[in-house]
Amino acid sequence: MSREVGVLGIGQTPVAEHWGRSIRDLAAEAGRAALAEAGIERVDAIYVGNMASGLLCGQENLATLVADAAGLLPAEAVKIEAACASGGAAVRAGYQAIAGGLAERVLILGVEKMTDKITDAVTAALATAADADYEAAHGASFVALNALLMRRYLDERRVDREAFAPFAVLAHRNAAKNPNAFFRHEITTEDFVRSPAVAEPITVLDSAGICDGAAAVVLAPLEACRSRGSEARRPRAVRIAASASVTDTVALGARRDPLVWESVGGSARKALQQAGVSLKDLDFYEPHDAFTIVTALSLEAIGFAEKFRAVDLAKEGRFDAGGDLPICTLGGLKGRGHPVGASGTYQFVEAVQQLRGAAGAAQVENARLGMVQSVGGSGSVALTHVLEAV
Amino acid sequence: MNSPATRSHPPVGILGYGAYVPEGRVPAKVLAAAWGRTGDGRLPVEEKSVPGLDEDTITMAIEAARHALARAQGTVEASRLGAVFVGSESKPYAVKPSGTVVAEAIGAVPWTSTADFEFACKAGTEAMRAAMAFVGSGLAEAALAIGMDAAQGKPGDHLEYTAAAGGGAVIVGPADLALARIDGSCSYVTDTPDFFRRQHLHYPEHGHRFTGEPAYFQHVEAASRRLLDTLGQAPSDYRFAVFHQPNPKFVRKAAKALGFTEAQVGPTAVVDRIGNTYSGASLLGLAAALDRAREGDRIFLCSYGSGAGSDAFSFTVTGRIEEARGRAPLLEKHLDRRRPIADYGAYLRRAGAVRTL
Repeated sequence: MSREVGVLGIGQTPVAEHWGRSIRDLAAEAGRAALAEAGIERVDAIYVGNMASGLLCGQENLATLVADAAGLLPAEAVKIEAACASGGAAVRAGYQAIAGGLAERVLILGVEKMTDKITDAVTAALATAADADYEAAHGASFVALNALLMRRYLDERRVDREAFAPFAVLAHRNAAKNPNAFFRHEITTEDFVRSPAVAEPITVLDSAGICDGAAAVVLAPLEACRSRGSEARRPRAVRIAASASVTDTVALGARRDPLVWESVGGSARKALQQAGVSLKDLDFYEPHDAFTIVTALSLEAIGFAEKFRAVDLAKEGRFDAGGDLPICTLGGLKGRGHPVGASGTYQFVEAVQQLRGAAGAAQVENARLGMVQSVGGSGSVALTHVLEAV
Repeated sequence: MNSPATRSHPPVGILGYGAYVPEGRVPAKVLAAAWGRTGDGRLPVEEKSVPGLDEDTITMAIEAARHALARAQGTVEASRLGAVFVGSESKPYAVKPSGTVVAEAIGAVPWTSTADFEFACKAGTEAMRAAMAFVGSGLAEAALAIGMDAAQGKPGDHLEYTAAAGGGAVIVGPADLALARIDGSCSYVTDTPDFFRRQHLHYPEHGHRFTGEPAYFQHVEAASRRLLDTLGQAPSDYRFAVFHQPNPKFVRKAAKALGFTEAQVGPTAVVDRIGNTYSGASLLGLAAALDRAREGDRIFLCSYGSGAGSDAFSFTVTGRIEEARGRAPLLEKHLDRRRPIADYGAYLRRAGAVRTL
């Protein structure tokens, strides 16, 4: 029987265009912050979630570099790559190590430094999340693939792209309350409608921006989290109630229905079952909102909305702060920013903030149970974690 | 930390100034249409200036220099200019100075010093600083500094909308003869590769958003704050402020960050009317301010050049401005003298983008 896993500490850098800072620097800052909060100096292992340090920074062997920069040598260190889901996959690797009894203290670090390259190079790097032979070789960038999905959704559902505005508007509204967010300003539906195209029908305001950031989590056996330090000064303990990873084809063209994201639905079902809870028990959900279409497809895949209904529920405000299922509570990928391989770790850190009651102005009232989901490629891999305040 | 002096001894000032803008104008909509973009109000400027077929940086520099000499009349003659400096990033010759052609054309040869300056968009103000040093040190009685460009924007690149032609000239001389005294200046430089053109390439490359915060804004704000602090001046002490103007937005954002108002920068934001004249932009903005200034007005100027650096200046206008101003055409006259170019092919030919060898 595996052990229960808890969160001993969290840390993050603001998400921004950190022009003057390196990937090593950002990772070390977030890592040291999480260790300081956890009140420890050493860890047994470091799992670094990162998608493209090789292409974007000319740096592989990243985990060892980061371990050195954070003063954690000679701990085991390894980079975990699952495209945009890397940050979530690193959390799961840490969870497995603690749950399986292979480690007592693990540091998870999601980090990406994107702004050392110009946009064309970043677009090319992100396109490596697609199928190189069957998609990228034909010129499909990552945003182009999502544009195909959105176009098909709009056509089948017969709505205007304005229907997706609520997702971007709510993400920005929540990000404005998060001091670590990249876009700390609200936008209106009119801004969304007027936003210039990136790859039609996707516009700038459908898309999470290019940015830099690092987020970190220290995991330990739950008992250690509960007994640490004095009760008065200890943050509320948070346990990982479930962790699941499900895959699908990398190429969209190989799917039965590209608008049904089996990996996202499958990993959510698996995680909810493992946690012994249902969707309606969740106090909030952090979807992988890299594009507004991904948010809609995710909400439909996990079963919160029927097919083509997510946009209607969004319009009704069901996902707003105070709605049935608040999403992107600290801005999501759209508002907080999407430093690709770090995003899954940011989501996890933010969920811990919510469950501790430490999310400030963005606090979801009485948050006890939350689900975070990190998706790689166009729905080709989905990592789902359920977190619970205990 | 290096803390150089902000003013020369003896003090120096501007004896004459001149501006030149070619009459060709291509609407941004024409450029947008050629590349299949909708001109939906998001284009940075309405139109930009384009040089004529027989114009280049040297011919335009001569025009501006002649206007500056006309305004300096009674203080210095061309033959007494101890230096002729031309700052540009569109030199007609890779090797051979533009300055000698200008010096010959205006009658400053042979007993003069000339050199061409290159510092992306701040080559013009760098030439001004060198002219100030020549006069301030006694190496020259007066010196001519020009910032002029026929800027290159790669067809299809976002910079194509703004890369424009034009610039200005100033003659630096003793402060007691000046139409505007130079209260002080400073220069702030780092190795920041935000925009560059490598040897043998036709068009510059740029670092997209990197050209903003860590490049333009950091340098402009650092140089401006340093000069204001050193001189003990506040933005409200100035009637006009001029900033390097790659687009209308950057000027306003920098002005706001420093505490300058639209009333101070609006009249000098020549970019709104003709686009970004690169090395010429700061001097055109200065000409716009001097064209409107009265005795006692203060003018603040801060340039920016990629690569990267900023030169900040503070001027106080004297009573000589009134008689000098009328001796040459106002910038406004150049801005109003417009000949629209209605099609993209004609524009490419004028911009020298069609090459036959």
